[in-house]
Amino acid sequence: MSKRSDMTNTHNWSGQKLVSTDYLLFEAPREKHFMTGSEVLKEAMKRCTVDASVSYPITPQSEAAHLIGELWAEGYVGTYFRGENEFGVMSEVAGCAMAGARTVTTTSGPGTLRAMENFPQWSGTRIPCQLVLMARGINSPLTIQPDNLEVSFMLETGCMIWYAENVQELFDMSIAAFTVAEKPDVHVPIITVVDGFFVSHTREAVMLPADDIALEPYDPYKAPLPPIDSETPPGRFLRDPFVMKSNYISYATHASWQWEVRSAVERSRPYAEHYLKGLIHITGEDDAEIAFVTCGTASNQAKEAHRELMKLGIKTKVIKLRTIRPFPAKELLAAVEGIKHIFVPEFNVVGWLEKEVRKELYNKCEADIVGGPRVAGGMSMPAEAIIAEVMEKINPGKGA
Amino acid sequence: MANQGPAYYSPYPAATYEGVITPPEGKALLLEDVVDEETAMREIAKQMLTKENATIFPGPQVLYAWSDEAKRKATLIKEMAEVLNANMIPMYDYRPKYPKIDAEVEINPNHPNLTIWENKIKAAIFIGVHCHYANVALKIVRAETDCYTIAMCALSGHEDAMATIRDQHASDLEKFIKIAKEVKSELGV
Repeated sequence: MSKRSDMTNTHNWSGQKLVSTDYLLFEAPREKHFMTGSEVLKEAMKRCTVDASVSYPITPQSEAAHLIGELWAEGYVGTYFRGENEFGVMSEVAGCAMAGARTVTTTSGPGTLRAMENFPQWSGTRIPCQLVLMARGINSPLTIQPDNLEVSFMLETGCMIWYAENVQELFDMSIAAFTVAEKPDVHVPIITVVDGFFVSHTREAVMLPADDIALEPYDPYKAPLPPIDSETPPGRFLRDPFVMKSNYISYATHASWQWEVRSAVERSRPYAEHYLKGLIHITGEDDAEIAFVTCGTASNQAKEAHRELMKLGIKTKVIKLRTIRPFPAKELLAAVEGIKHIFVPEFNVVGWLEKEVRKELYNKCEADIVGGPRVAGGMSMPAEAIIAEVMEKINPGKGA
Repeated sequence: MANQGPAYYSPYPAATYEGVITPPEGKALLLEDVVDEETAMREIAKQMLTKENATIFPGPQVLYAWSDEAKRKATLIKEMAEVLNANMIPMYDYRPKYPKIDAEVEINPNHPNLTIWENKIKAAIFIGVHCHYANVALKIVRAETDCYTIAMCALSGHEDAMATIRDQHASDLEKFIKIAKEVKSELGV
């Protein structure tokens, strides 16, 4: 059975050999598999020595949650249970993590918003849990289709936010996520985002290391706040950030606490740089004057547009942002040097990524920034839509 | 006081918003400069030996004999205080209280910001404290006092301290004590 007490110095409770994150991500031999994003998330969690997972069904993440539950039945996950709703789930995740458990959960769309109060509470209590957010549309009107508007609600929660483009990135990113979130000087929650359906339900080739190796367990005694622990002095029955004690709190200490949480996100940069091999990935021509700034599957579509535009003799490059929090401002600024037109294709109506890009480049870059194309509510973003946007800009009125 | 930049009107600065983050492994931080650990240890010893009311604040992780490492560290910290001619104020609860505690009235208001204010401490070592509480306290102390704060951290260090050394285990404290004795001899104090 899965119990911490079954661990040894070399193996976890399920008998997997404990290895470093570097070995698991960069050195271990890999074999090709053909899997959906949900299946690949199960494979990632199988290699993460996960103590606890809490679930609640909502499309499209239900399958991933279900598969992590199978991991519990197979003895790889210590504790698994279903919450009463998403608010309950995120509260229970907080409880598990405060008690020192490496904890993961998944959600989507309206479930994210139903649980909303918990996310800044997570970061405020400095738990290093992971939420895999399989983005989908938000009511109303009701939709279960792909859309990433919900990410805009998460931007200022004090959590780290990483964005995976495909199943391979989901696998690698969700392993690296625990490692970075648990660094003592970081120790804030991490939200690993993928576009629902496009990644969660799409089968792709993915390179996986063997499943008899796994991450070292989480050590809650390296946390910046003590875990709930009635055994080790000073006994803690409640994890108690002093901001919870209103009798001693003032605006100043609360402000300082909030800056500290955001400072923790900033401290994650060098770790993310290492494990993600850069906060941004660039595809395309070095001397391009047109750039697409993207995240998630919009990157994939932008790369397709880049290939088609190359055939027309138009040089472009795709700057894929892998971390949204921390925002890779310095890297983006360097990447857009010499660029005249920046396009920000997005799967949402509000253009939250465009706003982020504009804010960071304001007064620092002379490129013309175009917020688009944008699709939402489940519409796909064909490369033709991106190409049309570009042609309208550089060849007005004449179309693609 | 940070009244401009990313922190806007927050009364307390945050070093990360000035581009300073914790030092890489094997290195230390003196203000915003990444330096060798030994260089930092020498500067820390110098500060502690030359500033008024130099004080060591041992936190819960070295106040309780909850591990062999904690016991060993506690013994070494006592020796460290003797070498540095420093006071020692145990910091069981180092969460910064502000502003309702009346430090003149409350018995042992052992909170770093209040203690530093009240005792006019000009150099202080934080050791054995939980990182996040320490970071918040360090921000407040940095903004409100002229105390030279030093974080001797068993984990990744604290950029809001004036000097921080990281990954400090018992063997590192032994090294620091040796260096502090040399500096003390050089200074003739």
